Amino acid sequence: MRHFVEELEQLKTKLLEMGALVEASIQRSISAVTQKDRSASEEVFRNEKRINAIELEIDDFAINLLALHQPMAADLRLIVAALKINTDLERMGDLSVNIAQRALSLMEGPMIKPMIDIPHIAGLVQSMVRKSLDAFVRRDADLARSVLASDDAVDSLRTACYHELVSFMEQDTSNIQQSLALLSVTRNLERIADHSTNVAEDVLFLVKGVDVRHHAELQQKKDASGG
Amino acid sequence: MQASAPKSQMELTMPTPTNSSALGASEGTSASTIKLSATDLNFHYGSFQALHGISMKIYANRVTAFIGPSGCGKSTFLRTLNRLNEAVRNTRVDGTVLLDGQDIHDIEVSELRRRVGMVFQRSNPFPKSIFENVAYGLRINGMASNRARLREAVEQSLRRAALWDEVKDKLNQSAYGLSGGQQQRLCIARALAVNPEVLLLDEPCSALDPIATAKIEDLIFQLKDSCTIVIVTHNMQQAARVADFTGFFLLGRLIEFDGTTVIFKNPAKKETEDYVTGRFG
Repeated sequence: MRHFVEELEQLKTKLLEMGALVEASIQRSISAVTQKDRSASEEVFRNEKRINAIELEIDDFAINLLALHQPMAADLRLIVAALKINTDLERMGDLSVNIAQRALSLMEGPMIKPMIDIPHIAGLVQSMVRKSLDAFVRRDADLARSVLASDDAVDSLRTACYHELVSFMEQDTSNIQQSLALLSVTRNLERIADHSTNVAEDVLFLVKGVDVRHHAELQQKKDASGG
Repeated sequence: MQASAPKSQMELTMPTPTNSSALGASEGTSASTIKLSATDLNFHYGSFQALHGISMKIYANRVTAFIGPSGCGKSTFLRTLNRLNEAVRNTRVDGTVLLDGQDIHDIEVSELRRRVGMVFQRSNPFPKSIFENVAYGLRINGMASNRARLREAVEQSLRRAALWDEVKDKLNQSAYGLSGGQQQRLCIARALAVNPEVLLLDEPCSALDPIATAKIEDLIFQLKDSCTIVIVTHNMQQAARVADFTGFFLLGRLIEFDGTTVIFKNPAKKETEDYVTGRFG
């Protein structure tokens, strides 16, 4: 038993190492955009290789735990949650690479507008990622729920950004290239927020044993069918 | 310690008790027919109280597993369900057990044991032929009017126990010549011969290898269409594989009873959690 508990701790440690790398990648990709920092983009590209390698390590480790120990209850939920969080973190790493790539194209000329909204969205997204990982470490269901609540704010800001950038493109076609790059940045940030809500949902499953995914959709379907 | 009421939780693969104040009640599920119910059951071996106020409902055509550490009372409880403990001297039972709503003490004991059959941990075939092992219960219960009917009933029981194909050419050979797994299935065939409504299995696979165990588990799955099955097992994975409902016993008390997936995925009680995750003690 003791050996198994130690292995579960190793799994958590590995996942947190992955989380720290992903957080760093997100932070550096945002710096690459807002500070026009080429070295930050390059750092994100380097991190991605390490993130991918850790993803494989965690999957392999978790599958071995399932196969060799046939865990139950909280142990089972931890391993299942770790597998899912692992996938979400790896996707966040990919999305930060996308942002870092867009940052390179934005380095070419002057910005068409002062960068205000993107740092704001980025701050919210980074906070969501951090809170979702903290919730995992502390097994804190309340903190996980607060992440779910933040997702709507990110979606609203992203929609506002979209409308603003579309109007820039309509005003002057020479803005199109930069506006599309900025749209891509906001889209990728919003996707990172979505993945952090997935992590928060996995934390709720881990702590409470409840599956809160697609809750609103299922309720709407139920209401529509009169069930 | 009190056993928790079953939680309100949807199960994808099996019915789970939903909204009830009583352990194991299952309004609103497809498993709503109660076959056996125990209420405030206490059992004493001399001055030692082995069971403390067990209340539980066991559903028809479902598999219910009892898990818990050695000495927790799960086998004792199982044996109260067909009054087998009465054969042990200096014991006392109080509380009620109902079979289809009738107190089992109001049923003649041999009739009760025909309706509630039992298979033990160690296979215990009679020192007779394979055929006679299965025919025995039919004969003493007067359930086969002639030789042809007897043969038919024996074949049917052996088929239900998934043993027919392996023994059909050696029915007159000694049952002792069979492997351990085959002997255990023979004991199940013997129990099935008298058409029990409930089959009690007390660690039926503990002495079997994984292949024989898998055969018994497949058999349990098939038998629940025609029988209510209650199984005591030390093997939690086995309970997880075969049971619709699981009860966790500790120190003579029923700590928790719920749908099997709830017990193994998200139990309500810390004691259950500690046991199923191996942190017990």
